[in-house]
Amino acid sequence: MTLARRCAKGGGNCCTCERWRKMADAAEKAPLSFQDMILTLHEYWAARGCAILQPYDMRVGAGTFHPATTLRSLGPEPWNVAYVQPSRRPTDGRYGENPNRLQHYYQYQVILKPSPADLQEQYLGSLAAIGIDPLLHDIRFVEDDWESPTLGAWGLGWEVWCDGMEVTQFTYFQQMGGFDCKPVAGELTYGLERLAMYIQNVDNVYDLRFSDAVGDVAAVSYGDVFLENERQFSKWNFEVADTDSLFAGFKAAEAECQRAIAANVPLAAYDQAIEASHLFNLLQARGVISVQERANYMARVRDLAKGSCKAWIDSQSERWTAKYPGWTL
Amino acid sequence: MTDFLLELRSEEIPARMQAGARAELEKLFRAQLSAAGLEAGDLTIWSTPRRLALIAKGLPEATAAVSEELKGPRSSAPPQALEGFLRKTGLTQDQLEDRDGVYFAVIDKPGRATAEVLAEAIPAIVRGFAWPKSMRWGKASASSESLRWVRPLSGIVAIFGEELVPCEVSGIAAGFATRGHRFHCPGEITIGSASDYAEKLRACHVIVDHEERQAIVRDGAAKAAADAGLTLVADEGLVIENAGLTEWPVPLLGRFDEAFLEVPPEVIQLTARVNQKYFVVNGADGKLANGFVCTANIDAKDGGAEIVAGNRKVLAARLSDARFFWEQDQKKTLAQHAEKLANITFHEKLGTVADKVERVAKLAEWLASEGIVPNCDPALARQAAELAKADLVTEMVGEFPELQGLMGGYYARAEGLPDAIADAIRDHYKPVGQGDDVPTAPVAVAVALADKLDTLRSFFAINEKPTGSKDPFALRRAALGVIRTLTENGLRFAVAEGDLLDFFADRLKVQQREAGVRHDLIDAVFVLGGEDDLVRLLARVKALQAFMATEDGTNLLAGYKRAANILKQAGEVSGTAAATPPTDADAALLAALDVAEPAASAAVAEERFTEAMAALASLRAPIDAFFEGVMVNDPDEAVRAYRLGLLARFTGAVHGVADFSKIEG
Repeated sequence: MTLARRCAKGGGNCCTCERWRKMADAAEKAPLSFQDMILTLHEYWAARGCAILQPYDMRVGAGTFHPATTLRSLGPEPWNVAYVQPSRRPTDGRYGENPNRLQHYYQYQVILKPSPADLQEQYLGSLAAIGIDPLLHDIRFVEDDWESPTLGAWGLGWEVWCDGMEVTQFTYFQQMGGFDCKPVAGELTYGLERLAMYIQNVDNVYDLRFSDAVGDVAAVSYGDVFLENERQFSKWNFEVADTDSLFAGFKAAEAECQRAIAANVPLAAYDQAIEASHLFNLLQARGVISVQERANYMARVRDLAKGSCKAWIDSQSERWTAKYPGWTL
Repeated sequence: MTDFLLELRSEEIPARMQAGARAELEKLFRAQLSAAGLEAGDLTIWSTPRRLALIAKGLPEATAAVSEELKGPRSSAPPQALEGFLRKTGLTQDQLEDRDGVYFAVIDKPGRATAEVLAEAIPAIVRGFAWPKSMRWGKASASSESLRWVRPLSGIVAIFGEELVPCEVSGIAAGFATRGHRFHCPGEITIGSASDYAEKLRACHVIVDHEERQAIVRDGAAKAAADAGLTLVADEGLVIENAGLTEWPVPLLGRFDEAFLEVPPEVIQLTARVNQKYFVVNGADGKLANGFVCTANIDAKDGGAEIVAGNRKVLAARLSDARFFWEQDQKKTLAQHAEKLANITFHEKLGTVADKVERVAKLAEWLASEGIVPNCDPALARQAAELAKADLVTEMVGEFPELQGLMGGYYARAEGLPDAIADAIRDHYKPVGQGDDVPTAPVAVAVALADKLDTLRSFFAINEKPTGSKDPFALRRAALGVIRTLTENGLRFAVAEGDLLDFFADRLKVQQREAGVRHDLIDAVFVLGGEDDLVRLLARVKALQAFMATEDGTNLLAGYKRAANILKQAGEVSGTAAATPPTDADAALLAALDVAEPAASAAVAEERFTEAMAALASLRAPIDAFFEGVMVNDPDEAVRAYRLGLLARFTGAVHGVADFSKIEG
């Protein structure tokens, strides 16, 4: 089995390989639960040398906002991590009534810097690990260039299709915060709910098996965990959130970000950039940002993100150049 | 003579870039060979998502030896000149030939092995390759100078005859090995030569010839539909795109829930095509049916059942979204949607879209009430214009901007507005492209004209005119739309003045050139000035063109040019003209002018342009006879002045119809 062959520990007899084999075999028989899919991906990427991080403890719109991606994709140091990131997109809320759309969902994020030569093969191995057979399902790499105007970032890559459904965004980062990525990092962003719906063959996200029944303990569905959240947060995002305090919060975060940059604590500054970005998203959901203002707010968030990236580079570059002679920005 | 194979393997190349990449590969290969003195001859260039391949048939084993001769300084020239020449040629003075006091260097270049030329050409091609977008990757990307390619380059096969062409680009060495289909044959395969390349790949589930894959998609999709009693809606763009996304295309037919057919067919087709790259199909009644054809990249173990099921689900989710938009949008009337236009800036100096809508509504109403657009109810024209942009703020158009107008038309009909209004909303962007229809229904014509005219007038008013290749507000297209709408419907009015009128004249020339109308004839009429009615202008130009095709026309033009020349050379005329015609020839021309001049100007005034031309034609014989019979520059000043006067009257009469000085020939 290809998975076992690539095991970092080699030999195919270690407990990780064992566990994989069991999981992949089980995945072929009964589709993985949502949590088992995550656990499988953790095992898979851990065996390829990734540090398994935990979600960042702030409200963000995508896994890319985690400083482990944004800031760490800058500079010469190798960086291999994987993590789940809860992602909030207030405008996508549908009060729990749409089978595909959520204001809060999960992304599985893998960053490999520098991008390995066999990144595509490694990625396809991960799909096999969670039970997708590439000779039964049509897996395709379809052009999709990624750009994040609020992060001042872009890269080239694909959206990966499985039977016509986008399951992963696959990107070679070229720039972050307006700075060249040297070396380039490969980024994989799996849409976990979509992938799980596909694997479990369910049409409604709330019907996903989150966990399986064990003994007397019943299985838990995605709806058991999140349906009420979607209802309440959709209402808050669209109807309740106090726009005055959101505006004030945006200003405060902007000011604090700039203070932190000035004080040379870029990680703290970046937190405030994330905060401003999320408050902007909430203001959009509240429908109080006009079309004209929108571009202006996005530019302000971008300035914060770029400023934080620059401060991060400034704070690290001495160390980087000492460790990697010849490296330049 | 030996064949050469080059394969550049990479991660998936965007489908839309493959045709350009083939052309680029051919261009660079030919340039490299020709720089080495080799003729590339017949090339076969193929592409798949994962490789670009080139086969050059019958290359010679070596380039021909050449002898190059360079002319140097005179032997009497200062020594610096000679030194420079020696440096340039790499020769010593005794190796130069002195021919009649001038140094010549004869440099013999021996032939080079073609393999050697190729080994240098390949890295140069890879490094010089121009992609629309390129990237860096991997460890090497720590340096700014690392190789750029469209996606990571993963392998090179370069075989001349059966020999490897040894070369390396950015750590990737050429070899015999490539890879087959990503899933069917993931291992390495060894290529022997150009002649077994395509077949070895085929055995490994890769059809390297893009045209063959296109044929498989085209015919396979049509067959999949036909087998189910359906007809494929042909779409060559989708054929090429799907062939560019697959190495082993397998078209598969799927069905979707019939209930989705309540959504407008254009929406279904667009969702399927743009988001999913599926073909759609028609039923026996010629209407869109609940089927689609997707193109898989594998021979699936189960014959494709799972793939079809998965794709069906994705399409269903997309169509659910579309249906949601369709239903959601109809919860408000278009008038209610239109209220939001006040929040959208049209242009910072031109106010909001709502402001524009009000201007357009006024203009449309005026075009109707003035009878410029005949049989058009002004109230309907105003109402249609007021609602025409409302769909821009609907969910559906937000998702699919290309459905603007069309959706407004559907929503208008659904809320029970008159067909004239719904049709006008639907058609008011027309004509969009060159082949597109022009609106003909009165209300649609009024709104279409008003919308485009307002755009043109507004942007000209703030001095935002197209320059060179820059036309950010698509004003050329708008002007062309106005011209076609006016001329094809025969609408008469003063369309513009000043700069904008000149802009229309330029567009008219470009547009009429394709219809075979000479631009110099348009100029000849346009420079007379005061013509802001494009329909009348064109009628006159066409009559003129017909006249210029006759013998009378060409002779009259010759006569005119001669007269104009004489007048130009004469300068200020001195002396008093004779009171009566000095000769019969003078009298004959005078008599002809007395008849033709008023006849031509009356005909022009009444827009009987063919008759105006006939009146001019009547001058042809008298002017010819005049030049034949008399000498204008008569020694007698009075006679000369008389004749110059006659010629001035003659050119004036001609000018009453068109400025013949602008006519070429």
